[in-house]
Amino acid sequence: MALTLASRRTTRRLAADAGLLVVAAAFVLPLAWVGLSSLDSHADLRVKAPDGLTLDNFDAILTSEITFTPLLNSLVLCGSATLLTVVCAALAAYPLSRFRSRFNRPFLLTILFATSLPITAIMVPVYALFVQVDLIDTTHGTVFFFTASQLPFAIWLMKNFMDGVPKELEEAAWTDGASSLQSLIRVVLPLMGPGVAVVTVFCFVMMWGNFFVPFMLLLTPDQMPASVSINDFFGNRGMVAYGQLAAFSLVYSTPVILLYVLIARRLGGGFALGGAVKG
Amino acid sequence: MTTTAPHTDLGKTSGPTAPRRPPRRPGSLVRALPLTPAVVLLLLFLAGPIAYCVYIAFTDLQLTGQAQDSFVGFENFTRAFGDEAFLNAVWLTLVFTVLSSLVGQNTLGLALAALMRRASKPVRTLTGGIVVTAWVLPEVVAGFLLYAFFRREGTLNAVLDQLHLPAQNWLFTLPILAVSFANVWRGTAFSMLVYSAALNEIPKEITEAAEVDGAGGWRRLWHITLPMIRRSIGTNLMLNTLQTLSVFGLIWVMTRGGPGGRSQTLPLFMYEQAFQNSLIGYGTAVALLLLLVGSLFSLVYLRLLRTEV
Repeated sequence: MALTLASRRTTRRLAADAGLLVVAAAFVLPLAWVGLSSLDSHADLRVKAPDGLTLDNFDAILTSEITFTPLLNSLVLCGSATLLTVVCAALAAYPLSRFRSRFNRPFLLTILFATSLPITAIMVPVYALFVQVDLIDTTHGTVFFFTASQLPFAIWLMKNFMDGVPKELEEAAWTDGASSLQSLIRVVLPLMGPGVAVVTVFCFVMMWGNFFVPFMLLLTPDQMPASVSINDFFGNRGMVAYGQLAAFSLVYSTPVILLYVLIARRLGGGFALGGAVKG
Repeated sequence: MTTTAPHTDLGKTSGPTAPRRPPRRPGSLVRALPLTPAVVLLLLFLAGPIAYCVYIAFTDLQLTGQAQDSFVGFENFTRAFGDEAFLNAVWLTLVFTVLSSLVGQNTLGLALAALMRRASKPVRTLTGGIVVTAWVLPEVVAGFLLYAFFRREGTLNAVLDQLHLPAQNWLFTLPILAVSFANVWRGTAFSMLVYSAALNEIPKEITEAAEVDGAGGWRRLWHITLPMIRRSIGTNLMLNTLQTLSVFGLIWVMTRGGPGGRSQTLPLFMYEQAFQNSLIGYGTAVALLLLLVGSLFSLVYLRLLRTEV
C-alpha cells in the first residue's frame, strides 16, 4: 500500500514536471531569440544557433546616440519620479498609519480605487492638458505625471508596511522630545527599510518599462527614454538590424530584471503586488 | 483596511497631561500636513486630467485648423455608437480581454501554480523563473520578442514547419489572436504568483482527507480547491481585466492595431482618433468610456476586497 502510494506520487511528480516543462519550452522561445540573436552577426527573426558568436551587435549599439543617451534619459526620468513618489508616499502613509481619523477610510478607499484605474485611458486628455499648461515635452512634467500615476499604489503599499512597525518605539522617541517628522525619519523608516526598498524598486521597474506615458508627453528625440527610442530600430533606420535590436533589448532590460531579482523574495510571491490584496 | 488604533489616544484627551503621555498633541490639521504633497500631486496630475477628460469629451476639440473648440454635448458619444470602427474596437477589446485575461492568464496561471506544488524543485524553479522573466521585461521589449515570434519568417512558423503543420502569417491572418497570446505570455506570471500564494494557504489536511475519502483530482479541484481560493480568483480576475483593458504598447509594437484595424482595441482606437485623425474631443470621449468601464471593474474589485476584510 505504502509502496503504491509512493509510486503514485512519483508518477504524479513526473507528470507535473512534464507539464511544466512543456509550458517552459513555449515560454522560453521568444526569450531565447533575444539571447541568441544578440550574439549572432546574421540574426533574423527566427530562433537559431548563431552563425558565429560575435559581440559586434553590442559594439554597434553601445554609442551615446543609440544607447547611452536614452538610458540616461530613462534613469533621470524614472529616478526622479521614483524619488518623488517614495518621499510623497512615505509622508502620506505616516498619518494614515499612525493617527486615527474619520477621513482615513474614505481616503484609503479612494486610493485603492485609483490604483486600478486604467491610466492608459487618460493619456489623450493628459496630452491636451499638458499642451494647455505648457508642460508638454518637458521632463519635469512627465516626472510629475509619472509620480501621480504611481502614487496611489505606492501610498497603499507603504501604509501596509508602516503598519508593521510597532508604535512603542516611536512613542519612546516622542517622550524623548522628537517631533513626528523626526520620528518618521529616524525611527519608522529605518525599521521598515525593506518595505521602502520594495516600494522604490517596484516604482522604478514600472516606470522603466512604461512606454505610453513618455511616448505621449515627450516629443524631442534627445529627451526620449529607452522605452520609446527602441522604436527607432524599426521606423527610421530602414532595414531592421535584428541583432542590434536584440542586443539593445538585453541592455535595456537587464537593470529591471536584476532589481526584480533583488526584491522578489520580499514581495512574498507577488501577493504584496495584488493591490496589496490582503488589505 | 482598518487602521490600528494608536496606543495612547492622542487626539481626544483634554484633561491634564498624564505623566507617560507624549508632551505634544498636535491638532488633526497639523497631523494631516504630511499628506499635502501627495494630495496636491494627485489632484493636479490625476484628478485634474480626469476632470478635464470629462470636459473635453463633450467638445469638438481638434489638434489643428480650429481656433476655438465648442461644446457639442453628446455628439461624440452618439457618433461613437454609430461608428463601425468604434464598434469594431469594442468587439476586439472584448475578444482580447476574454481570450487573454479571463481564459489565458487566469487558467494557465492556476494550472501552473497547481502543477508547481507537485513538481520537483529544479523544474519548478526553472519554469517559474522563465515565466516571471517574461513578466518583468519592459513592455516594448516583450512586444518585439513576440513580434519576432509570430512573424511569417519567425520562430512559431519554424516550429510548425518542423512538426509538418501548416504555417501562416499570424500577424496578418489572425492578429487579434497573436496579440492575445502575447498578452498571455506577458501576464501569466501575475496570476501564477497570486494562485501559488492562495494554494499555499489551503491546509494540507483538507485535501489529504478528501484524497483518503476517494475524491479524484478533478473532484477535489472543483469541490475543495476552487471554493477555497474563490476570493483570490475574484481579485485576480479583476486585476487582470483592468490590466488588459489598458494594454497599449504591446499591441502597438506588434501590429499598430492593424492590418486594417483587425487588432485595434479601444486604447489604440482612441490614440488613432486623437492623433492620426486629430480629433481630440472624439478620442477623449472614447477614453472616457474606457475609463468608465475601468471604474466599474475597480468598484467591483473594491467590493470584493471589502467582503474579504
